[in-house]
Formats: sequence, C-alpha cells, structure tokens
Amino acid sequence: MNQLQSNASSASAESTNAGPIFTPPADILEKSDAVVMLLDVPGADPASLDVTLDKRVLTVTARVTSTAPEGSAPAYIEFRNGTYERRFAFSEPMDGESIDATLKDGVLRLTVPKATDTGAKKISVKAE
Amino acid sequence: MLGEMIREMPPARQRLDPVRQMQRAQADLNRLFGGLRFDTETEFPSLNLWTSPNGAVVAAEVPGVPPEDIDITVRRDTVTIRGTRPPEPTEGGTVVLRQERMHGPFARTIVLPFRIDTDKASAKFERGVVILTLPRPEDDKPRQIKVARS
Repeated sequence: MNQLQSNASSASAESTNAGPIFTPPADILEKSDAVVMLLDVPGADPASLDVTLDKRVLTVTARVTSTAPEGSAPAYIEFRNGTYERRFAFSEPMDGESIDATLKDGVLRLTVPKATDTGAKKISVKAE
Repeated sequence: MLGEMIREMPPARQRLDPVRQMQRAQADLNRLFGGLRFDTETEFPSLNLWTSPNGAVVAAEVPGVPPEDIDITVRRDTVTIRGTRPPEPTEGGTVVLRQERMHGPFARTIVLPFRIDTDKASAKFERGVVILTLPRPEDDKPRQIKVARS
C-alpha cells in the first residue's frame, strides 16, 4: 500500500514571494502501475506551474496573479492572489522521468508512474 | 486598614467549578485546533465580489467544472451559481488514498444591494474561475446632485 504523507504547512522556510501560501486540496488515487493526483489550483498561471520529483518527494507550486476589475472596490473577498504549494512523500520509488502533468480548468492532474526497475535487490534470509 | 486588606473571596462553588473549567478548556482546544484546520473553505465555490457605481463583478472558483456545466441565474438583485462536480471515475483495482476535493452538486447565491440589468449581464470562464459582470440598469445608477447656492 502506498502511503503518502504531506506537509500541510511549510513553516520552516518562508516564501520569497509576497502573498499567502495556499494548500490545494488533493484527491489521490493509487492504480496498479501509477499514482494519479488531482489538485484544485483555480486561477493558477500555467507558466508558473512547477512540478518536481526529488528522490521520493513531489513538490507542486503554482502562482495566482489575477488582477481585480478596473474601477471596482472589493466588497467581499474569499480567495486572494498567492502561491499554491504542496509536498508529498511517496513510500515507494516513482518514475520521475515520465510524470504526466495536465492543467485543465484549474485542476492539475498528475500521473506518476511507479518505478519498475528500482535496482533494489531483495535478499532472502536463511533461518537456521 | 484591616478592612481594606481583607479581600472578599467569591463563594467556594464559583471558584473551582470543575465543569466550568472543563468547558473553558474545551473551548480553548476548539479554538486552537480550529485554526489548524486544513480545509479552510466549507462553502463551494469560493466567491469574490467587487462593486462600483456601474455594477458588480463576481468571481467564483470552480475548478474541474467545465463552463457548460455551470448554471448561472440572474434575477433582479440576486445571482445564483449552480452546478455539479462529478467525482473522478475509478475502475476496480484503484485505491482511493485521499479525497479532499468536494464532489457533487453545489449552489451559492449572492444578494446584491442593487438591481442588475439582466440583459447586459455576462460571464467568462478562465483557468477554473468564472467571472460574472453584472451591470446596473442605466436609470438605477447613482447620480450626483449638485448643490446650488440660492
């Protein structure tokens, strides 16, 4: 079973960008050969999207920089500009070369295939 | 002098009431863990509202809902955004490890402090955010009245 842990807050390192850091909600589905992740990142600029798999940690960041309408004053605000950021730690090796990432209608869909050849060798133990 | 030094003690029952102490501890814990709650928005979709003398602009975050599935109704001074977000189809053998995103039907209504010209209202969709432009009727817009010295 693939256990995923995530850091909900990056309290240890501050972002250099202005604005708050949002944690996008995620749906994670494990298939037999890959893990599919769906993250809600509405308003994210596709050019600012960064998906990196470093060893077993997957980091997703994206920025929202929409502008308020001209000549209007904010009356009620529930979401603001800022940075989406979330990290996941896989418990088994994944194939970082062939991650498929699609951003459509504000949803980031990641298909992360599991590593087929890990180079890890299973050692059998003889009990006496 | 002695009278000032003697402080009046509250009755013993009020001082160390364990039930009241527990209730206060519970409220403190609720406040502490409430702030750490991970999913902040309980309402879907999140809305922003801007107003100007010409009308209002509403932005709603509807990721994963294609524009043709969003139902926007405008009448008089209310706007209703309605739709359904279907869950990701899973075939047998797929394990759902985490489900944090909201699925299913949603609806939110905004009541504005002025009437909307429904013929001129428009909506556009980009990057998972739907932006509604709701102008006021011409004869309903605010007018400046000049004060003349008589």
